Amino acid sequence: MLLKDEVGMLQRIPLFSGIESTKLKLLAFTSDRVSYSAGQILFRQGDEGDAAYVILSGSADILVDSDSGPIKIAEMVPNSIVGEIAILCNSSRTATVRAASPVEALRIRKDHFLRLMREYPEMTIEILRVLADRLSHTTADLIDARSAK
Amino acid sequence: MEPSLARYIWTHTKKQQVWILIIVLLSMIPYFMSFDLPKLIVNGPIQGSGFEQPGATRPFMKLHYNLPFIGEVQFFSGFQLDRKETLFALSLVFLLLVVINGLFKLYINTYKGRLGERMLRRIRFDLVDRVLRFPPVYFKRVKSAEVATMVKDEVEPLGGFIGDAFLQPVLLGGQALTAMLFIMVQNVWLGMIAVVIVVIQIVLIPRMRRRLIVLGRERQLTARALSGRVGEIVDGIGAVHVHDTSNYERADIAARLGLIFKIRFDLYQWKFMVKFLNNFLAQLTPFLFYMIGGYLVIQGRLDVGQLVAVISAYKDLPGPMKELIDWDQARQDVQVKYQQVVEQFTVDGLIEPKIGALTIDDPGPMTNPLSAIGLSIADDGGAMLLDRISLQVKPGETVALVSTATGGAEALAEAFARLNWPDSGRVMSGADDLLELPEAVTGRRMSYASSDVFLFQASLRDNLLYGLKHAPLTSVTYDGAAADQHRWNMHEARRSGNPDLDIQSDWINYASAGATGPHDLFEAVRRVLDAVVLSRDILDLGLRSSADLTRHTELARRIVELRAALRTRLEQEGLSGLVVPFEPGAYNKEATIGENLLFGAAAGPKLADRALAANPYFASVLKEAGLDRTLYEMGMEIAGQAIELFADLPADHQFFQQLAFMSAEEIPAYETLLQRLKNRPHEAVSENDRAMIVTLSFAYIEPRHRFGLLSDELMSKIVAARNHFYENLPPELQDAIERYDPAKYIAAATVMDNVLFGRVGNSHPDAPDRIRSIVYDILDELGLYAELLDVGLDFNVGSGGRRLTGGQRQKLDVARALLKRPDFLILNRPLSALDHRMQEKVLRNVLEAARCDGHSPAIVWVVTSPAMAAMFDRVVVFDSGQLVEDGTHETLLAGNGIFKELLS
Repeated sequence: MLLKDEVGMLQRIPLFSGIESTKLKLLAFTSDRVSYSAGQILFRQGDEGDAAYVILSGSADILVDSDSGPIKIAEMVPNSIVGEIAILCNSSRTATVRAASPVEALRIRKDHFLRLMREYPEMTIEILRVLADRLSHTTADLIDARSAK
Repeated sequence: MEPSLARYIWTHTKKQQVWILIIVLLSMIPYFMSFDLPKLIVNGPIQGSGFEQPGATRPFMKLHYNLPFIGEVQFFSGFQLDRKETLFALSLVFLLLVVINGLFKLYINTYKGRLGERMLRRIRFDLVDRVLRFPPVYFKRVKSAEVATMVKDEVEPLGGFIGDAFLQPVLLGGQALTAMLFIMVQNVWLGMIAVVIVVIQIVLIPRMRRRLIVLGRERQLTARALSGRVGEIVDGIGAVHVHDTSNYERADIAARLGLIFKIRFDLYQWKFMVKFLNNFLAQLTPFLFYMIGGYLVIQGRLDVGQLVAVISAYKDLPGPMKELIDWDQARQDVQVKYQQVVEQFTVDGLIEPKIGALTIDDPGPMTNPLSAIGLSIADDGGAMLLDRISLQVKPGETVALVSTATGGAEALAEAFARLNWPDSGRVMSGADDLLELPEAVTGRRMSYASSDVFLFQASLRDNLLYGLKHAPLTSVTYDGAAADQHRWNMHEARRSGNPDLDIQSDWINYASAGATGPHDLFEAVRRVLDAVVLSRDILDLGLRSSADLTRHTELARRIVELRAALRTRLEQEGLSGLVVPFEPGAYNKEATIGENLLFGAAAGPKLADRALAANPYFASVLKEAGLDRTLYEMGMEIAGQAIELFADLPADHQFFQQLAFMSAEEIPAYETLLQRLKNRPHEAVSENDRAMIVTLSFAYIEPRHRFGLLSDELMSKIVAARNHFYENLPPELQDAIERYDPAKYIAAATVMDNVLFGRVGNSHPDAPDRIRSIVYDILDELGLYAELLDVGLDFNVGSGGRRLTGGQRQKLDVARALLKRPDFLILNRPLSALDHRMQEKVLRNVLEAARCDGHSPAIVWVVTSPAMAAMFDRVVVFDSGQLVEDGTHETLLAGNGIFKELLS
């Protein structure tokens, strides 16, 4: 997959959809293209969050440790981003991500991501908007859940 | 040191001074003979006096003297020569005299020069010898750069002066006296005038020069202070930048230079003023001769012939006088310089020479306890660091010194190491005062390491083994020219009062490290490096550096085996994808296009980096392979992409680390270049521009940059070009490149690159770490671990060890102290740069490693945290310079004292 295809992929991710393609291209160029075979771990729960991953191909499982061993809580498919929360709020990883099939991903380093946000306010606003959107969804979900009780 | 320069020179060179004087006097004979000869030639054969009759002959080389009482004695009646023969003979004699005079001059100058250089060498050595014997307190006050400039620059003019120190006054004084006598003989009264003027010169000029001497001293002191400040700026460059004080430093330096300029300018003004006066006085004499002598002639009291004779005799006086006065100036100048230096090097409490005397045989172990008796140490400000401490450390005992912030345990450790001398009280080893023991005992049977580490600018190995180099232990045999050179070196060293120790000898005391020679020293080295947890760091350094193949032959010999082992291991672990190996007939996708083309490591600058695209042979290979156009277009594409991505980023942006093609500074240049070349046909582009663009393509790696520029066809073309490149490689480039060969070690590449013989894939973020640990495993399995550690030990630590981290430096210092297996190991907060967990780990290791093979030294450790004291036999607690608690860890813990407070 070439740089320009990656830019296309990035554009389809809501977090990045409002950002100019030249900026996305820079983000893609400065990110590492990484590949994992099935079963390999992208990162572990509790690790320090140093990068976010955009899945380009393949799929990955999101696992959370529990008393009865890891539980799969979600599956990542191409065009999704994972690990962005940890790099935005300096927390450790809240889940483990494991490749379910051979995975091609774009690894966006934390310092690069933050630097881009600092330099391009329009991008930051865009990300804020997406996050606020998510928050309002979560809040709505919460209200639903509470009222359903 | 001898305060008078003249006496210093006379003491060390009197024989030579007398000898050179004799030679100079001897040289006068042919010199004066050659004066007389031209007159003989002109009057005799040329003008014909004595050859009036045709065919007349004259005796040549007739030796006859008119001796007193005996009368005329003839030794040799001479050859009878006619006019032409006499001309040739006399001319040949003239030539002979010229040669003899020249040879005398050559000998005299060489002799004087050598004399001066030897003395200079002696002075410099004496000075450094004194530096080695200064008491520790002196070094708190002096700047190293100032000492260096004294040893190097300030005594330099002495060398030139020493040869003339005694010769010049004797000779010139003699000449001046002769000229004066000559004038006196002609006419006493005119002679008296000359004498008066000379006396005025002799009295006045040195008086005026006094100010010159004062200025000269100031010049020397300010220049020395300047070099001290420059040294400080270099050492403290970090502080300068951190505090934005570079302009303060600029101002300071400018002010100092201004002062030096003023002093120097004053000096010049005075110098030329004195010169003017001197010349004036010298010219005053003929003026008086003309006026008074002329007056006397007119009066008829003096005849013209006498006056002319006096005036012409006077011509010989000013020359020697002037030179004599110059000599005196030089004398005063170097005397001042010498005194200034000697003053600085005259220090009270100099360490006795016998303390540092060379001792070949190892002293016996120190079996007596080490004790402080009523020991008090004050700092420079007079505050008491230790107040009447008494403490005894028995052999074999491990003692933790725990100290509050003002405790003074460090001062005690320094006193044990003789780095801090007692103000009152004593440190004793048994019944001997520690300060009176020779360094051969304390330096070999005791070790000291502190947080303040000094490393020399040399390899890790040299720094580690530094603590074993006490004396030359082997005598090196030299043969042929080297033997002559060595003999000459030793002879000259002795002539200059330098020691004749051979630096080429093996100075390493293997026995003290528990080894028998170079072959098994490594075991001891590895043991101490493991103890301080430094081996892994050194292995990493080894992997990243290129091995010196004259030393590490084993690595080169077994490289094929190593590479194969790595492949097998990677396959076994299913990690083959991590490394893409170099194969002579295939394109390596994880390597750059440049690497794929060259398929070798550039040795030297001819084919390295930017020079590659501009290399005419390389360019011709590209052209023949039809790649020049492709790569140019590729370069244009890359330039376009790079500029699009990066053009509006500030030059210091961290993203530029990702841009392998060009640096941030080059972006504007490429931007204009791209504009200029955009629509120009390939043929119309100049060589230089083409090289600039093609270079960009060399850094391209498809999987990493993902511009989609690499096709299968291009890859096969590149492989073909590679082969073509090596087939016709011109001889001048043979040494500029080492071709990748699966069966050969590449000297120009790092050890890691050699073992990998390929590139780590870009798509595995943790690949480098995994591969490194696999490589270590393999090296260990194949028994090459030690060899790699040895490669790492070649690493040059840089000035003051600054290429290592603070923690590494401290670990190295502890390893060095441990290596010589001392009887008393004194460690003064040695690992303060490490975190507590690491400190405790190293502490445990060191306590264990120190007690290997039946050896059990006393260990005195000033610990950074009281918790570390638990590992010691005994704990001593200091507070405000007082020893407040002393006992085992358990008893102190049970008590209710400061130790318990410190722990909580």
